[in-house]
Amino acid sequence: MPKPEILDPQGKAVLGALPRLGFQGVVDVRQGKRFELEVAGEVTEAVLAQVHEMAETLLSNPVIENFEVRVEPGVEQGVEQGVEQSA
Amino acid sequence: MKIGVVTFPGSLDDVDAQRAVRIGGHEAVALWHGDHDLRGVDAVVLPGGFSYGDYLRCGAISRFSPVMAEVVEAAERGMPVLGICNGFQILCESHLLPGALIRNDHRRFVCRDQRLRIENASTAWTSAYAEGDEITIVLKNGEGGFVADEATLDRLEGEGQVVARYLDGNPNGSLRDIAGVSNARGNVVGLMPHPEHCVEELTGAGTDGIGFFASLTADWLATVSA
Repeated sequence: MPKPEILDPQGKAVLGALPRLGFQGVVDVRQGKRFELEVAGEVTEAVLAQVHEMAETLLSNPVIENFEVRVEPGVEQGVEQGVEQSA
Repeated sequence: MKIGVVTFPGSLDDVDAQRAVRIGGHEAVALWHGDHDLRGVDAVVLPGGFSYGDYLRCGAISRFSPVMAEVVEAAERGMPVLGICNGFQILCESHLLPGALIRNDHRRFVCRDQRLRIENASTAWTSAYAEGDEITIVLKNGEGGFVADEATLDRLEGEGQVVARYLDGNPNGSLRDIAGVSNARGNVVGLMPHPEHCVEELTGAGTDGIGFFASLTADWLATVSA
């Protein structure tokens, strides 16, 4: 997600469009990105550390974005696991 | 001097930049994003465009191209590097320059002749100007809003790392009207407007851009460590 202090022009555009469509009551919109990473095998601490590194070096720009990493069960349970990442 | 101009997939202004380098009195050397060496150039220009389609973030993929590993290493030794528009975005993503460039605050692409004030005429790329010079060159960008945290902005101002500032209104939401910045040493400069389009009366909005390509001196290159 863009850091709170960073202007988010896309979020602003969405915020402007909502009332035009009749949706009321939304006071702010922030737009970010979500990456779904599928990893082979189990999501161990080491794998998770590596995913954090990916997030810091490529998937997000730490100057303007924050990110969080969340582990979710894979499509084929026990075979693959998904790592979700929002930047 | 030999100045390399890198072409990434999606670069647009590489040929104009090469031409500007020649008009500035230097030899232009074409470099490819997949190159693993800099072919003996004395300096590098990263041109404008939409490298790698601006996928992920502008400049985010280009930063990891083979040639950029060489450029980053050489820049850290003091080699002059100029990034224009997308080149500026690549330099920020590479952490050679502070801050980042985000979508214009008004969300529209801007394309106009832009007046600027040269704030620092002692960088590798601006010594042909005088501090306070007002020039007009082309500006064309969709994601040209320069942002950094307050402490970084204060440091940039304090250390004279603001190279150029927008005049006559802020065209893209850049904080403190910043159009270009340099690193602390002054060898790496990023600029959102396009001096390479303003080097000939026939096609440009005047010739105010030539200075960026005529600034490199032997003195500067003598400071680059081997």
